[in-house]
Amino acid sequence: MKVVFENLTKAYPSRDKKKGGEVIAVNNFSFEIPDGKLIGLLGPSGCGKSTTLHLLSGLQKPTNGRIYFGEDDVTDVPAENRGVGLVFQNYALYPHLTVMENIIFPLQNRKGKDKLKKEEMHEMARETAKLVQIEELLYRKPNELSGGQQQRVAIARALVKKPSILLLDEPLSNLDARLRLQTREEIKRIQEQTKVTTIFVTHDQEEAMSISDLIIVMKDGVVHQIGAPQEVYDNPNNLFVATFLGTPPINLFKGKIENNKVYIGDNAILNTNVEDVSEVTVAIRPEGFLPVENGSFSCNLQRVEVMGRDISVIAEHECCEKPSFRAIVRSENLISLNGNTVSFDVLPHKVFVFNPNTGDRII
Amino acid sequence: MKLNKSKGWLYLLPALITLGAFLVYPLIDVFIYSFQEDFMTASQEYTGIGFGNFSYVLKDPDFLQALQNTLILVCITVPLSTGIALLISLGLSSIKRLRGLFQTLYFLPYVCNTLALGMVFMLLFNKTSDANVGFINNIIEAFGGTAIDFINGPYWAKMFVLCFYTIWVVMPFKVLILTSSIASVKDDYYNAAKVDGTSKWRMFRKITLPMISPSMFYLIITGFIGAFKAYSDAVSIFGSNLNASGMNTIVGYVYDMLYSEGGGYPSYASAAAIILFIIVLTITCINLIISKKHVHY
Repeated sequence: MKVVFENLTKAYPSRDKKKGGEVIAVNNFSFEIPDGKLIGLLGPSGCGKSTTLHLLSGLQKPTNGRIYFGEDDVTDVPAENRGVGLVFQNYALYPHLTVMENIIFPLQNRKGKDKLKKEEMHEMARETAKLVQIEELLYRKPNELSGGQQQRVAIARALVKKPSILLLDEPLSNLDARLRLQTREEIKRIQEQTKVTTIFVTHDQEEAMSISDLIIVMKDGVVHQIGAPQEVYDNPNNLFVATFLGTPPINLFKGKIENNKVYIGDNAILNTNVEDVSEVTVAIRPEGFLPVENGSFSCNLQRVEVMGRDISVIAEHECCEKPSFRAIVRSENLISLNGNTVSFDVLPHKVFVFNPNTGDRII
Repeated sequence: MKLNKSKGWLYLLPALITLGAFLVYPLIDVFIYSFQEDFMTASQEYTGIGFGNFSYVLKDPDFLQALQNTLILVCITVPLSTGIALLISLGLSSIKRLRGLFQTLYFLPYVCNTLALGMVFMLLFNKTSDANVGFINNIIEAFGGTAIDFINGPYWAKMFVLCFYTIWVVMPFKVLILTSSIASVKDDYYNAAKVDGTSKWRMFRKITLPMISPSMFYLIITGFIGAFKAYSDAVSIFGSNLNASGMNTIVGYVYDMLYSEGGGYPSYASAAAIILFIIVLTITCINLIISKKHVHY
């Protein structure tokens, strides 16, 4: 089912009683989530991701705006009638019930003509358990399971009632690094198999980029960009999106635009047709540097880190906003580096220019 | 290894000595006393060993009255006080405003002296003369009823006051334990249940109750034991001659056998104490067996 947010705002009364006023967790959100996709809701801690998820689930009511599931306005529909499956960050499995009892818990809530027979419920639970591969754990208690297994049980419990939308709150944050990699593929597989519109919240951009069909980048309650991961990476709307996505992070330099050229210090690194701007922030992805002799961008060489497949060249430049910056170079492109300087050409599609004050994209 | 072992015992010694002197030794002593027939306190002599003390106590109408009173008290106050405390705690955890105030109010009786509280109850319920009628009887009369003598009147009226008082006195502690226990159930469980369309009643039965079952169980066990040991409550309302007012309890009977006028019978007192011990032990064992099935840790 597609989901539409229309001017959604959620404000909390401020905790600071002296100051008063309110804290706006979600500010004037409008976007549309297409049916049957895996969507990553991405942003730094405290940016309103979880609030957005709770607004979707109906656990919280928006201060303003409407939410539509398909064509239906669900803004005033209480959580229990929305038919969403929600997986909590800490899973919230009932510790006193077995895995089977946990999974059938949502089914037992049905009343009247929707009421199911015990065998039907067990059958549905077994089917879902098979989907998330926990069939052999059905009669254990949650505390006898590993974190990854608990996660699967939580997903099964959310899926068993065949929700129209599946919501996952930081699904991978409680898992160790290796399990995280495995589980994110699991989530992708389960989503593809069930075709249920899935929205998951994360602060880890790598997680979001790797499995999402669409990512929504948020900060301070505001949506900064929506798009396919590669698209957002290659074409960030603003400085925040550019810096938030990508590991290692994008390199920032102070620069200017003069005579149709982008300058970092005295180096003209890029031609442009934009009018002169005296102060800009030039952002260059680490993979946007090509070391050449007599390149357009010359820097002091600090050191070289060899990773096997690629090589990191750590260099300094007086206009860099950090003490040093990192260029990732494929090993076959590496020229011999000796002496104290290195010079690069930059790949134009890996360079973005922003207004340093507003963060708006210029080039 | 050997050194470590003796060290361990050394550390345990203070506790073992105190427990032995003040718990184990008196227990054994009481047990022995209870089998010594016709024990004379002055000469420390007895005529034989057997179940004579037990058969005397079990035939003593005062003891049977005390046993009946205690059992009624236990059967009424334990379920009622736990149930009401649960309701109050649920109410307290569902309100936000004035919660602290109510919590403090509910806790006040706990920090008051039981004898003083008993006195207040006596004044509330009394009917010494037509001129001096307690608050409760004032209300009854205001609604057109006739005043009842709760303190010196019919048995059921006195029992009502005793049960009312006991429930009121044990409530604060139970409310305290249960509110903190209910508060410790994470919101996520309720949120998860809510998203899944769970009714309030089912949430209570399937989430709250199992999650607070350890505290409930603790309160029921200690409630049973506490009610079986009731004594000072009855004294504070009905005065120290409890046999005369027919409101004695088992512990009161034990005390009377030892110290009151016509007392001085440690053998009978010990026998009564052992009977109480056996009853409490049995009830606690039954509680433990039931709890295995219903308490989730």
